[in-house]
Amino acid sequence: MGWLASFVARVGGSTHLAGQAMLRMVTPPLDMRETSRQLDRIGVGSVNLANITALFTGLVLALQTAYALAAFGARMYIAEVVAMSLVRELGPVLTALMVGGRVGSGIAAEIGSMTVTEQVDAIRSMAADPLRKLVVPRLWATVLMLPLLTILADAMGILGGLAIAVYEEGMSARYYLQSTVDVLTYRDIGLGLAKPVLFGFIIAVIGCHNGLNARGGADGVGKATTNTVYAAAIAILVSDFLITKLFLSL
Amino acid sequence: MSEHVISLVDVHKAFGGNHVLSGVSLEVERGETLALLGASGSGKSVTLKTVNGLVVPDRGEVTVLGARVSRMNEAALAPIRRRVSYLFQGGALFDSMNVFGNVAFPILEHERPDDDALRARVADLLAMVQLDGVEELMPAELSGGMRKRVAVARALALRPEIILYDEPTTGLDPVTGEAIADLICDLDRRLGVTSVVVTHDIPLVRRVAQRVVFLHQGRLVFSGSVAAAERESPDIVQRFFAAGGAYG
Repeated sequence: MGWLASFVARVGGSTHLAGQAMLRMVTPPLDMRETSRQLDRIGVGSVNLANITALFTGLVLALQTAYALAAFGARMYIAEVVAMSLVRELGPVLTALMVGGRVGSGIAAEIGSMTVTEQVDAIRSMAADPLRKLVVPRLWATVLMLPLLTILADAMGILGGLAIAVYEEGMSARYYLQSTVDVLTYRDIGLGLAKPVLFGFIIAVIGCHNGLNARGGADGVGKATTNTVYAAAIAILVSDFLITKLFLSL
Repeated sequence: MSEHVISLVDVHKAFGGNHVLSGVSLEVERGETLALLGASGSGKSVTLKTVNGLVVPDRGEVTVLGARVSRMNEAALAPIRRRVSYLFQGGALFDSMNVFGNVAFPILEHERPDDDALRARVADLLAMVQLDGVEELMPAELSGGMRKRVAVARALALRPEIILYDEPTTGLDPVTGEAIADLICDLDRRLGVTSVVVTHDIPLVRRVAQRVVFLHQGRLVFSGSVAAAERESPDIVQRFFAAGGAYG
C-alpha cells in the first residue's frame, strides 16, 4: 500500500501547489524578468522539437490515411482526416507529451537543484515567496507558450500532410488547403487550443512540485526529473480523455 | 538589563523516526556573538533553522525579536526575516544570477531604489566583504571563499539585526577562513549585530565567540564562555576543543 500512499501524497501535494500558484498567478506582483526568461526557455527553446514532431506526424498520418482510404476509393479525404486528427487530438497531445518531457524535466531539474543546494530556503530566508519567484513565472510561460507551440505544430503537421497529398497522391495544394479550411470548425479549434492550456498548467505544476520536494542531492534531483516525465505523460493522457469527453458532451 | 532577542524553549524536532532536537532551550542577548557547537548530526543547523522559521518545531516555542516564529506562517514571518539574515553553509547563491543580481535580490524584493542607488549600495556591500569588480561574475566563476563573501554581502543587504551563520568557514583554506573570521568580528563591532555561529571550527570560535553552547544528541549540554568550555565543561565539550584544529 506504500505506492498508494505515495500516489495520494503526490496528487494531494500537486493539487495544493496548483491552488496556491493559481491564486498568485492572478494577483500582483509578477516577476516580469523571470517570466520573460522562462517564456524564452520554455517556448522558443521548444519550437524545433514541436515542429519536427508535428511535421513527421503529418507525413506519416497522410501516408497511412491514403493507404487506408484507398480501399474505399476515398483518397480525396486525406486533408479532412489529417486536419481533424491533428487539430483536435494529435497536435495538442503530441506537442504536450514532447514539450512536456523537455520542459517538465527541465523545471524539475532546475528547481530540484535549487532545493537541494538550499537556494529555495535562501529565497524564503530573505522574506521572498518561492512560489512567486519560481513557480508562477514557469506556470505563466508554459500556459502561454504551449498553445502557441500547438498552433505551430498543427500548421507543420498539415504541411506534412500536404506534401504527401501533393507528391504521393497527385492532389492539388489548393484543393488540399481548401478542404482543410472547410472541415475545421471554430469548435475544433477551440478544443485544440483549450487542451494545451490545461496541459501546460499540468506540466508546470508537476515539474515545480517534484522540484520543490527533491531531497538528497543529485540522486534526489534525478528522481524528481524522471518522476516528472512519467507523471506528466500520464496526467496529459488522462486529462485529454476527460476534457475530450466533457467537450463532446456539451 | 539585557534583552533576549532569540529564545528557544523546550524545542523538539524529529524527521521521521530521527529525533534531531530533544528539548533545546536557549537564549541569545542583543549584540552577543554565540557559537553553537556539536558533532555532526547533533542538531546545530536545525536549531539555527528554527530561528528564522525555515524549520518548524514539533513542540516548544521559538521567539525572535519578540515574535513567536514557531507559530507563524510564511507570510507572517516575512517582517521578522527581513531583520534576521541567514548565511547558508554553501552560500546558496542563485546559479542563474550574477553577483550583482544575488546581492541586489533582497533589496529589490523589499525596496524600490533607482538604478544608481542600487548599484552604489551593491558596491558598498561588496566592499564591506573586500570584493570589488566582481558584479558581473556568475557564482560558478567564484572560488569558495569568494562565494562565502558574496553570500555575506547578500546577508547584510537588508541591514539585519541578527545574522545566523551556518558553518561559515567549512571547506575554506586557513587563510580564507581567517579572513571570514575577521569579517564576522568586524561586522559585529561595526554594525552591532547579534550573531549565532554554527561551526566545528575551534579557532573561529576562539576568535569570534563571547559564549559557547554545545549540543549533544539533540540536547544542550553546556553553555558558558569559551574559557569555561575549554576547562570547566563536560568531558565531551573539552574533548571537542582539544581535538579542534585548523579552519575548515
